[in-house]
Amino acid sequence: MGFKEKPSQFVESRRVANSRVDVFYRWLTLFLLVFFAVIMITPFIWLLSSSLKTQINIFQYPPQLFPDPVVPENYLYALTYKPFGIYFRNTVFVAGMNVIAVVFTSSFCAYGFARMRFPGRDFWFGIVMATLFLPYAVLLVPSFIIFSRLGWVDTFLPLVVPPFFGGGAFNIFLMRQFFRTIPEEIADAARIDGCSEFGVYWRIMLPLSKPALITIGIFTFLFAWNDLIGPITYLRSPDNFTIAVGLASFRSQTDIHWDLQLAASTAVTLPVILLFFLAQRYFIQGVVMTGLKG
Amino acid sequence: MSSLAQSAYSDAHLWITRQYNRLSLKRRRTIIGYIFILPFILGFFIWFLVPALVAANLTVHRWNLISPPRFVGMFQFNKMLSDPILAQSLKVTFIFSAISVPLGLIFAFFLANLINTKVRGIAIFRTIYFLPSIVPAVANAILWAWLFNTEFGLINFVIRAFGGPKIGWLQDPNWVMLAFVILTIWGVGGSMIIFLAGLQGIPQIFYEAAEIDGAGRWQRLLYVTLPMMSPIIFFNLVIGFINSFQIFVSALLITNGGPQHATLFLVLYVYRTAFQSQKMGYAAVLSWLLFAILMLLSFIVFRYIGSRVYYENPGD
Repeated sequence: MGFKEKPSQFVESRRVANSRVDVFYRWLTLFLLVFFAVIMITPFIWLLSSSLKTQINIFQYPPQLFPDPVVPENYLYALTYKPFGIYFRNTVFVAGMNVIAVVFTSSFCAYGFARMRFPGRDFWFGIVMATLFLPYAVLLVPSFIIFSRLGWVDTFLPLVVPPFFGGGAFNIFLMRQFFRTIPEEIADAARIDGCSEFGVYWRIMLPLSKPALITIGIFTFLFAWNDLIGPITYLRSPDNFTIAVGLASFRSQTDIHWDLQLAASTAVTLPVILLFFLAQRYFIQGVVMTGLKG
Repeated sequence: MSSLAQSAYSDAHLWITRQYNRLSLKRRRTIIGYIFILPFILGFFIWFLVPALVAANLTVHRWNLISPPRFVGMFQFNKMLSDPILAQSLKVTFIFSAISVPLGLIFAFFLANLINTKVRGIAIFRTIYFLPSIVPAVANAILWAWLFNTEFGLINFVIRAFGGPKIGWLQDPNWVMLAFVILTIWGVGGSMIIFLAGLQGIPQIFYEAAEIDGAGRWQRLLYVTLPMMSPIIFFNLVIGFINSFQIFVSALLITNGGPQHATLFLVLYVYRTAFQSQKMGYAAVLSWLLFAILMLLSFIVFRYIGSRVYYENPGD
């Protein structure tokens, strides 16, 4: 690795000759980095700043960049105006069940696809790949018909049960790719010691796949936390709302209370950003895994 | 009773074990293999195939969820062909996709190149560029509705500060598409990270070889980076198209399809037809249409762009 990155002598000398151009590009890069950082971060600052303004100050032109006076009470009003505590509990339940489902069943199926050899395996893996790029908007109406026949509308079941069946093509695919990087010799050693295939999966593969499992767990949690279209389709009574539905209905009911809407939005975004900083490594790894190991 | 059940259970267990032991090793592996992938197979039938068939059956029925479905034959397909709102919906979805996907791709690629430099504190820049893509969709919609606010929004404030006009971002059908493109492009962090990982995977030695041959910055980008990145560009393109066709939350919450149906994207129209107008049959027709369009688009993308992609290890 080391010698690959070190440029050869010849290139080094050319670099010196080009140094003035290099310095220019260096400054240009730095300028662009800062410029786009400002553009990307300004909406966040605007969100935070507006969420701390009074109702009067928020409708002011030109707008105040920094709120004066600062009104942290907005958060209290916003989060008690609607029972966000209940929404939070519901969301954690739905997201938690999804994480459990995805982590265990997608790895279980992936083990079959990655490590077992049997007729029909490639056919079924082909079906996994075919459903990989199928957006769930396509299945919105068909699934709703099934769930309404089952009498599951206005329960958490439509959001919580389906992930237990394989945990989604994407996660199966990712886990399969990850399992294939683990040396088969480890599993063979366990088999010689009398371990069954299920034992190999449970005692060898799962413990070795912790980073991948954490990654898909985090992404599943995020997806469930952020998802609106699923909950808004199935959940009817306010007691069952998740945070996303609660926030959407909060918006429709507090039309011009931008201060409260923005405070609630900030409050909903904060846990996600916190999660990001706690598990940054897994986020990046997850995005990269989804993109590259094809 | 319980001891009877226990002995029945142990008898059954014994029988299954005996049958299982009689099988050849190959058969056993097949059975175990299918046990592993069984959850997926069941899920495929229960949550995919059955709903798809039920929806197919519903396309020839009219159903408002309450009274029993009524057979109407090809009526809803004919309706689809002459539905002006559907035509509008398809038009805005295609326009949105055609603008936001290429722009998003270029911007993500550009940012990835920016953050692929060795500058002190580059990790902070990477974080800042990535963060917008994890903001929850609903919060994101509220934030952008406020940023685009005509009177008090930050964007119009900046434009007016530079002497520009007051733009009705969310009220003017001509501007609202651009507003949606901007808010989509703000969240390109995910594709950016995928590009970044790809850039870091290109062996440095290729650049050195190109430099020795006298290639400048642009030539290195054109003849080393782009060909090496083509599978990743392709991946982001496919994902981008599929995501752009699914735009829903921001359209529902920011403009609710307006003004004058200028943001009535396809998924929002399907959602409305099914859950606000209670026309399940017609919604099923539209779902199949969405499916057909996405399949066709994927086919075109794979056929005409996928074949130009360079893979270092084909068939890996």
